[in-house]
Amino acid sequence: MNSVDVNVQKSETEQNQAPTGIHVIWRELAKDKLALFSLILFIGVVLFIYIYSFLLDQSAVTTINLRNIFSPPNAENWLGTDYGGRDVFGQLVIGARNSLTIGIVITLVTSFIGITLGVIAGYFGGWVDYIIMRFIDFILVLPTTMLIIVFVSLVPRFNVVNFIFIMSLFYWTAIARLIRSKTLAERELDYVSASKTLGSPNWKIILFQVLPNLSSIIIVNMTLNLAGNIGIETGLSYLGFGLPESVPSLGTLISYSTNPDVMQNKWWVWLPAAILILVLMLCINFVGQALKRAADARQRLG
Amino acid sequence: MLKYTIKRILAMIPQLFILSILVFLLTKAMPGDPLSQAFRANPNLDPAVLAELQEKAGFNDPWYVQYVNWIKGLLQGDLGISYIHKVEITKLLGDRFVNTIWLGLATLILTYLIAIPLGLIAGRYQNSWADKMIVGYNYVSYAVPLFVFALLMLFIFGFRLDLFPTSGSVNPQVEPGTWDYFLSRIHHLILPALTGALLSTVGTIQYLRNEIIDTKHKDFVKTARAKGTSEKNVYNRHILRNSLLPIAAFLGSDIVGILGGSIFIEQIFGYPGIGQLFITSISQRDYNVVIILVMLSGFLALLGTLLSDIILSIIDPRIRIEN
Repeated sequence: MNSVDVNVQKSETEQNQAPTGIHVIWRELAKDKLALFSLILFIGVVLFIYIYSFLLDQSAVTTINLRNIFSPPNAENWLGTDYGGRDVFGQLVIGARNSLTIGIVITLVTSFIGITLGVIAGYFGGWVDYIIMRFIDFILVLPTTMLIIVFVSLVPRFNVVNFIFIMSLFYWTAIARLIRSKTLAERELDYVSASKTLGSPNWKIILFQVLPNLSSIIIVNMTLNLAGNIGIETGLSYLGFGLPESVPSLGTLISYSTNPDVMQNKWWVWLPAAILILVLMLCINFVGQALKRAADARQRLG
Repeated sequence: MLKYTIKRILAMIPQLFILSILVFLLTKAMPGDPLSQAFRANPNLDPAVLAELQEKAGFNDPWYVQYVNWIKGLLQGDLGISYIHKVEITKLLGDRFVNTIWLGLATLILTYLIAIPLGLIAGRYQNSWADKMIVGYNYVSYAVPLFVFALLMLFIFGFRLDLFPTSGSVNPQVEPGTWDYFLSRIHHLILPALTGALLSTVGTIQYLRNEIIDTKHKDFVKTARAKGTSEKNVYNRHILRNSLLPIAAFLGSDIVGILGGSIFIEQIFGYPGIGQLFITSISQRDYNVVIILVMLSGFLALLGTLLSDIILSIIDPRIRIEN
């Protein structure tokens, strides 16, 4: 036996194995140039925002300078200044960091609630399923945006934690429904019956067998939800019912455009933030769609 | 059929009831009532008068008494009084509600006018460049947040190109009832309606495209082709008839979506509808109006889903039997 034989054998077994998750995703991205470009752009923008905001002197950005109101973009203020003479570029970076961070936290919280309730409803079925589903049906018909606005103006000491809590109350239903329907299909499969026969406790079957099989769907959904949640947060902040004033969001910058003069003549205040949101949303969605195709063998391009 | 419809309507009542209690409790819990708010603006008034007014308005009763009184009034068509505007809410709502309905209708019509042809083309000429463009448009319109898109539309077509008015629902200088008045209304409607429509086509286009691609390979289509039916007739008479009908079932969710988006659209385009009224009312703590608006939106959303379910049950008999 020499090493060449071993190598041949090894490569043969490699070929017979199904490609791993990372492989499939990579092949899909390599085939879909737009998604690959989006991923690189997104990582670049996010890294820049977090590193730059870390180095940035926040108090310098938020200090009001009345001698420098609404100055157009120049060498010192790359994107000009706002009505308080504050640097728009600095605010843009801080706003983007806040919007991204809060979008990620809301996505994690809603996914956690949604997956937990969805998997419980789907796995156990019966009256547990009935109660959870009726509850979801009820939340789905609520005028969500209006209720969130009511909640936001109702909370006395409004802060970021409250906001995340309020948003999470309403946005876990979609993922719960999806996970439930997938779990319903999964629990009929032989491996679950086999585990049950062998005496595995339900929580072990759910945690170590059912959930890993749903992981691709969960990742795809969290990606797409992240985009949606950032959109909702910035929209609410735009209306003035999102993040508190001490935590500026991209929506806060855009809300200066409610003044027609700013809208028309001082575009540098709000337009960059609007375009940044657009770019971030498109990037996350293109990557999410590629992941979705990678998760479903029938739709793959690569 | 009738039995199913009645059952669905009855199932709506507890949902409405829970919604009303939820919203009522929420708005009662808001800090500061509108009377003291109005009082602060006018410090010359006697605090004793304020207390009397508050007592009279029933602010000191326990919540369930206030709730029952409110529901009683609601059933008699009395929606209460706006404390800020000092008029009955029915009067305040009147025009704005009509405005919102017009905007919603225009958005719905434009949505279908855009979505149905695009869905048909994408499905029929699958993988052509036109299909790829349409799928690309679908990805983008799914990703873009409504308020950002609305602002860009307003900025480009309203401010920069000056093609459309930037706020209002009608030019105030035009005489009501004339042809110009009608045209002015349409002119004010187009931009907000088009903005909403361009982003609400996603579901319909995607559904139609998938459905047509599926139906293309079904046996009855092959039979029709084998009989020598022209390609035009295969699509118009065989495929379309089967694929278009279920679109009607999206009506409900479309209505819900458009209502939800109306807050942003109306606020951005300065269009005086119930979405805009909601934002001003909540900023002024005019909570009687807030309750009514949330209730109204919840009710319309419920009505929308009811409509969808009934249409679906007409199209697809399996749903009726299951229930």
